[in-house]
Amino acid sequence: MLKQTEGSHAMAEAIALCRPEVICAYPITPQTHIVEGLGEIVKSGQLTNCEYINVESEFAALSVAIGASAAGARTYTATASQGLLFMAEAVYNAAGLGLPIVMTIGNRAIGAPINIWNDHTDSMSMRDAGWIQIYAENNQEAVDLHIQAFRLAEELSMPVMVCVDGFILTHAYERVDIPSQEQVDAFLPKFEPRQILDPSDPVSIGAMVGPDAFMEVRYLAHQKQMRALELLPQLSAEFKEKFGREAGGLLKTYRTEDATTIVVALGSVIGTIKDVVDDMRAQGEKIGALSICSFRPFPTKELHDALAHADRIVVLEKSLSLGIGGVVSHDLHMALAGTSLKAYTVIAGLGGRSITKASLRALFDKAQKDALEPLTFLDLNTTVVDRELEREKALRRSGPTAENILKQLGTVAATVR
Amino acid sequence: MDNKSVKQPVKFYQTGTFTVGNRLLAPDERSVQANMTRTNSLNSGHRACQGCGEALGARYAIDAAMRAANNQVIAANATGCLEVFSTPYPETSWQIPWIHSLFGNAAAVATGVAAALKVKGRKEVRVIAQGGDGGTTDIGFGCLSGMFERNDDVLYICYDNQAYMNTGVQRSSATPGAARTATTMAVGEDPGAPFGQGKNVPLIAMAHEIPYVATASVAYLHDLETKVTKAMSMRGARYIHILVPCPLGWGAASQDTIKLARLAVETGLFPLFEAEHGEVVSSYKIRRREPVEEYLKMQKRFAHLFGKQPAVETIARIQGIADKNIRKFGLLSLS
Repeated sequence: MLKQTEGSHAMAEAIALCRPEVICAYPITPQTHIVEGLGEIVKSGQLTNCEYINVESEFAALSVAIGASAAGARTYTATASQGLLFMAEAVYNAAGLGLPIVMTIGNRAIGAPINIWNDHTDSMSMRDAGWIQIYAENNQEAVDLHIQAFRLAEELSMPVMVCVDGFILTHAYERVDIPSQEQVDAFLPKFEPRQILDPSDPVSIGAMVGPDAFMEVRYLAHQKQMRALELLPQLSAEFKEKFGREAGGLLKTYRTEDATTIVVALGSVIGTIKDVVDDMRAQGEKIGALSICSFRPFPTKELHDALAHADRIVVLEKSLSLGIGGVVSHDLHMALAGTSLKAYTVIAGLGGRSITKASLRALFDKAQKDALEPLTFLDLNTTVVDRELEREKALRRSGPTAENILKQLGTVAATVR
Repeated sequence: MDNKSVKQPVKFYQTGTFTVGNRLLAPDERSVQANMTRTNSLNSGHRACQGCGEALGARYAIDAAMRAANNQVIAANATGCLEVFSTPYPETSWQIPWIHSLFGNAAAVATGVAAALKVKGRKEVRVIAQGGDGGTTDIGFGCLSGMFERNDDVLYICYDNQAYMNTGVQRSSATPGAARTATTMAVGEDPGAPFGQGKNVPLIAMAHEIPYVATASVAYLHDLETKVTKAMSMRGARYIHILVPCPLGWGAASQDTIKLARLAVETGLFPLFEAEHGEVVSSYKIRRREPVEEYLKMQKRFAHLFGKQPAVETIARIQGIADKNIRKFGLLSLS
């Protein structure tokens, strides 16, 4: 059914249609509206046979989910940013135990400085944890990916993070097609766990594993991720058949057939990129775009095949690995090993900085002339950066950096010393 | 007052000991462990140290819970000695469905298991969370308090050996004053753990007004079983805190585990009591009061109190703690 609704609420409706049996809720912006929506759906009786638990922290949220999933319940939770870091130990644990929990990440920056707005630093920090990570381009895909996520998680018995851009998707009102219960039921069978805590057939889960077997256990977890590379396109195809629209898969290309320059990104920013690509194509420029849906597992071969014919790629990243630069770029370098492609890393939109068409146009023009630095920070205010560097050089006690920069920008009504 | 040890009109002392013999009790009141058909939930062959109080406490507690729940028990375990010595895979000592996730989340994992069982309509299956004092009073405390506060249907059992024994005897918030640990060395002006720190989790549990809180000791196994059985007869959040001497960490002889556990109670340092909905409903009366020296001097962790010049003031301070417990919980008068 078509609806004009908030992204978070659309996701809550979709998740409820997946008939979760245990939901753990803890508030953190910008994910909160999703669990609020689910709370209302459960409390009003629209979703029966579901325990909705208000926990005391994100660490508890995922820990409760671990217990519930191990006892055979379809389990869901959501978090973002600091919350994801607070549950980090349990994030690795859920994956290590092979529990098919689905968790939404309302992508948000990580402090300090504290910042509630969107970038991808949070989920990227958990890229090695063993969870499948899929990124939604828009709210329709956010809805659809959740439905696929439960199926994927349960087929492989491993947890899945559905990453949706905070505010840009979670708080945006747009038209979304919410599927019917019958459609979802036909796509998502009843949860049949691979392992279950049951007195009629006792098992020990989470035992200590020493050097004699640890490598093998981790290898098998890696193999599962590799199987997800096959399963994701299959599920996407089946989804299209049953729901009549494209969603998910490993990656999506846009006007890349004869492109010499391809812009690579994850998540909602691909919408703006496509607009710029259209403008440039209209002027005869051979540029295209590619969005990665599945970041973990990383579709190395598929990316190679989709990009190898181009002259250059511009990787637009909403996360920064301090000390090297891009996170996604690093992985792409592996995918493109052996090609002569030029690859430019652009760090953009950190902490919710707007990524505008004008900035992107200027950036892509420069890239096409191969005039970009290997690592670029889009719309970086170099004036304030340079001034702060000078201060630090001049003064031993130069003070807190973030606050100094805000002062310089005039956000705080005080003058710089 | 269901505590059988308290309500018995006649004290069944065996000659030369203070133990209540099973053979003197009615068959239905006898220890679970005296029964040939006991479940052996924590099976033999595990790797606990000789004289481990925790292994003993866990076996008795879980077997009693199994009997009370008709063998329908699932346990969530915190990281720690109990987890490590019981599951060096591919071996496992657990005859029950058992899960270990992390150090600090046993209570939350148990909440999740209980929620799954509820939604699946399996009311007959009961959930136990268990951990040491570190996993309970320190790192797992947030999850524990959350589980209490929501009154989740979980029995949490803390096996308290008063320090982080699994990592090599470091101080926890359950370590008593003056005790030597690897992080509270017996050096300097005030050797050992500082006084005036630490927390009493049974009392904190009571402040949550949960249905049932009890303390127990491996020296009083029948009392321990009775308390577990009682806890299992209730629903909601329940907490049992068991003192389990650790020969390694306490620097005591393996054969003295029970003796030490008993002395902790008989000195008044570890009061045995039960509370329901935040109110104390019974306490175990001391049969023969002992001075704290008798308890302290058997343990190398307190050896610095008994050098050439005994630390009279420190010992008096510890005696003061025992005296206060005796007053507070009415441990002497048989009321």
